[in-house]
Amino acid sequence: MRKLALPALLVSACVLPFLVSDYRVFQLTLVIVHAIALLGLNLLTGYSGQISLGHGAFYAIGAYTAAILIDHFHVPYWATVPLAGIVCLGAGILFGLPAGRLENLYLALATFALGVSLPQILKYRHVEPWTGGVQGVTLTKPEAPLGLPLSRDQWLYYFSLAVMVVLFAGAWNLLRGHTGRAIVAIRDNPIAAAAAGIDVARYKSLTFGVSAMYTGIAGALGGIAVQFVGPDSFSFFLSLRLLCGIVVGGLSTISGAIYGALFIQFVPNIAGDISKAAPLAIYGVLLIAVVYVMPSGIAGAVNDVARRMRAFGRTTEARSSSKHRENQPGRNHA
Amino acid sequence: METLLHQILSGLAAGGIYGSLALALVMIFQATHLVNFAQGELAMCSTYLAWSLIHAGCPYWLAFLATVGISFVAGALIERCVIRPVENKPALAVVLVFIGLMLILNSVAGWIFGYTVKTFPSPFPDHPLFGNTYIGNHELGIIAVMALMVALLYLFFRYTTLGLAMRAAAVNPDSSRLCGIRVGRMLALGWGLAAALGAVAGMLIAPIVFLDPSMMSGVLLYAFAAALLGGIDSPGGAVVGGFLVGVVENVMGAYVIGTELKLTVALILIVGVLVMRPAGLFGKVVVTRV
Repeated sequence: MRKLALPALLVSACVLPFLVSDYRVFQLTLVIVHAIALLGLNLLTGYSGQISLGHGAFYAIGAYTAAILIDHFHVPYWATVPLAGIVCLGAGILFGLPAGRLENLYLALATFALGVSLPQILKYRHVEPWTGGVQGVTLTKPEAPLGLPLSRDQWLYYFSLAVMVVLFAGAWNLLRGHTGRAIVAIRDNPIAAAAAGIDVARYKSLTFGVSAMYTGIAGALGGIAVQFVGPDSFSFFLSLRLLCGIVVGGLSTISGAIYGALFIQFVPNIAGDISKAAPLAIYGVLLIAVVYVMPSGIAGAVNDVARRMRAFGRTTEARSSSKHRENQPGRNHA
Repeated sequence: METLLHQILSGLAAGGIYGSLALALVMIFQATHLVNFAQGELAMCSTYLAWSLIHAGCPYWLAFLATVGISFVAGALIERCVIRPVENKPALAVVLVFIGLMLILNSVAGWIFGYTVKTFPSPFPDHPLFGNTYIGNHELGIIAVMALMVALLYLFFRYTTLGLAMRAAAVNPDSSRLCGIRVGRMLALGWGLAAALGAVAGMLIAPIVFLDPSMMSGVLLYAFAAALLGGIDSPGGAVVGGFLVGVVENVMGAYVIGTELKLTVALILIVGVLVMRPAGLFGKVVVTRV
């Protein structure tokens, strides 16, 4: 049954856009975008244990890279996505170089500063010809190529889905191999990891770079999907939203990124109807509640339930098979 | 020249605020080795409390003292109820609780008082004293109140038994516990003092930056820069760092990069200090034994 879960999920993700309105498809595209960003943050905060309070900044850098490339250089939208990833990989490694030598708490401080000050940098008058200042940059949603009978929203959904599948497979591959074990070892015991021959600082800054790359790619896709890139969409609050999403979704799990993305896309919208302050309050209360009672988030809870159900299934199976044996004394194995 | 002097003096006044908030951060850092990301929002809530008291007809200084007292109790209570359960968890868990606290305080303030910007009165007279034109009375008042607070704190930590017990609990909790010091209580006390300090800082900066739920985000960033610059485990360093950051921020803002990039100064300071001298100007260099 477990082997079927992933293909079933993919098939339903492919069918979904034909069943719902274009607006819902747009929302689902944003869920995909958030899932990619959250996976990036999870590589850093969950697997590598480095706290980032400023990942919104890399999302913003990715979005602006895509917007400027499309608006000023007329680069096709699909080419801007990997380019935004490369730019953010560079920015992440640069920022991660000193971070590799820092204790966790100081990294939290440095990323906090980055997240808070970036909107101001984007508004700066000397970069205004590129970033559009407070006005931001307006983009158009791409049309489906080759005359495919898809609406713009549907096409962008499939495009994002494809990017997401590639990136998720990449992360899965990275994490289960040598690199992934080194990253987790550094999180759990940096001294032991260094003693085992792992270059701690190098892996830390590399993880920071890859994490920023994922988030930057998400930013580029998000900018294209929303059709607008402006400094106030990337306030410090975005970084906190991402952090909250990954904590609620489940740290150190790949599926946690998807749960977290669904959470930050839909829950605040519902809460926002009650009051402007409600989404923030929900984020705050949930952050503390998850740390207290559910440290592994939704993904952890889901895995836990699944494990119990399998265990339950095994015991009932064992019981029925032992009955079977009693009835047929001639057989030597069930 | 006169404008430069003016910029430096108002930088010192702002620096006083950053310094006091940095001092609050350092006090909690010394005891727990954690940086309280909710310190700014705590100060913001205290300032709203003072604003409501003043609007209810309370005289300024009475409201001031009441706010400081209530903030002290609230700070201690938060430590007991919210932070205590995660005390021994990894740094990530505690940072997440701080961030959660920050979001809750911010939204509660927004919920109760709304997001419109409010003015906050200054307790100091409007007309200039002794005919000086370099510095406003409120800015002068900030520096005076700050100096008084730092002096009081110094006397408290240096010459009282309770102050000694708090320092002992911060330096070596286990030995202190064996000497009969109630370490948990000292931690709560430290949080209370930090919250009270933050309340003073909030009430003094509110006439300048005005009152709204996000008034402290920039101030907190400067306070981080100040604490790091001075050395995050050095209270004296936090005060000096505060004044330095205030002056640098003001002079750079006026002459070099313009006011639009002021927050970036803090970013560069923070990253610069962390890269070049992580212990800050007056901090201890930490050596880890492997």
